[in-house]
Amino acid sequence: MKKHHLLMIVAGVVVGLAALILTASGNPANMGFCIACFLRDIAGGLGLHSAGKVQYIRPEIIGLTLGAFGMAFAGKEFRARAGSAPALRFLLGALVIIGALAFLGCPLRMVLRLAGGDLTAIAGLLGFVFGILIGVVCLKKGFSLGRAYKVKKSDSFVLPGFMVGLLVLLVAAPAFIHFSQEGPGASHAFWIISLVAGLVVGAVAQKSRLCMAGGIRDAFLLRDFNLLTGFVAIFVTVLIGNIVLSKFNPTLAVQPIAHHDYIWSFLGMTVVGWGSILLGGCPLRQLILAGEGNGDSAVTVFGMIVGAAIAHNFGMAGNADAMVDGTFTAGGVSTAGQIGIAIALVLLLIISLCNLYKEANAK
Amino acid sequence: MIDVRGYSCPTPVIMVKNELAKHPDSVEVLSDSPCAVENITRFAQQHGYKVVSQPTQEETLLLLTK
Repeated sequence: MKKHHLLMIVAGVVVGLAALILTASGNPANMGFCIACFLRDIAGGLGLHSAGKVQYIRPEIIGLTLGAFGMAFAGKEFRARAGSAPALRFLLGALVIIGALAFLGCPLRMVLRLAGGDLTAIAGLLGFVFGILIGVVCLKKGFSLGRAYKVKKSDSFVLPGFMVGLLVLLVAAPAFIHFSQEGPGASHAFWIISLVAGLVVGAVAQKSRLCMAGGIRDAFLLRDFNLLTGFVAIFVTVLIGNIVLSKFNPTLAVQPIAHHDYIWSFLGMTVVGWGSILLGGCPLRQLILAGEGNGDSAVTVFGMIVGAAIAHNFGMAGNADAMVDGTFTAGGVSTAGQIGIAIALVLLLIISLCNLYKEANAK
Repeated sequence: MIDVRGYSCPTPVIMVKNELAKHPDSVEVLSDSPCAVENITRFAQQHGYKVVSQPTQEETLLLLTK
């Protein structure tokens, strides 16, 4: 087995184990990691939206960024780069998170949901693959957001610095920071466990280049299955872990923080897949790249935080199914969420068409 | 020589793929991304190319030859 394949499998297993540990330690079911949900929680914690059940400063996000930051420095791979269509990247980041929150999960949580037996997530997987295929067509037609350039190191410290600030706010817990008293935002592992899990996963994701969208993209575009190996390794690790822990529940019935709105799950994840290909990586990868010094990815992460706030302020986030005292309440994607996804798809089409280069990126 | 510095994945590999279609015997590539260097190297080797890399402080010059 080649070294890069082995590294990718190890990375997938580490991510899977970290997700299992976080869930066992208090994170919501099938949500050891969810970049979209956790950025949404951070947006709520900072008061950018007022959905009381999803407000918390998630240490996993802090750890992911700082873990990648440390590993990039240790491996002499830290590069201060920026200037590749930052405004478009901000917008794309927001669109991707609006799509993910309609589905109720980023690509990483989609895999964790599937590995927990949540068959409703299959609609999301199909939409994600469909979106990636559209993105691959765009790449083949010459799509590019253009070149980034070497910048001062200070630019590359903005997101890691922001994460340190979030850590201070989490520990100090001043009154102006919001912490959910019930709901998913109140379900979390002890912050040190979450932080360490994030640091470890951030480091291995940086070293391995793990990307949930890149795996499927490279398989279709380049017949390169390296990144896809990590995707599969996460699924297999969490699947085995859930079976051992008797948490594997393969059914379409009520699943933790999920809904049965298959069409809008499909379309929401189409937005995520398509947008991630235009950005050059999934939400997890954007955090890792920002940790490596990429200012454009830092802008994307800020776009994702704002997108999460918009999703909740405008009622566009998906509502989970619920079973209370034997009574089933259907969740799903609201009309506002459906309009949001439709607008996101139109914007992705416009961005794609406006950034095609006939000479296939040779300029 | 093609300059793939500053492009996000997978654009550097696509640029190399297009260049190899025009000049199948050899291509020189300048990259500033360790990830792109790995991806280009893997792509070239999968397609039967020998890859020689000359790293400097933050950049790498790759020579791909049949």
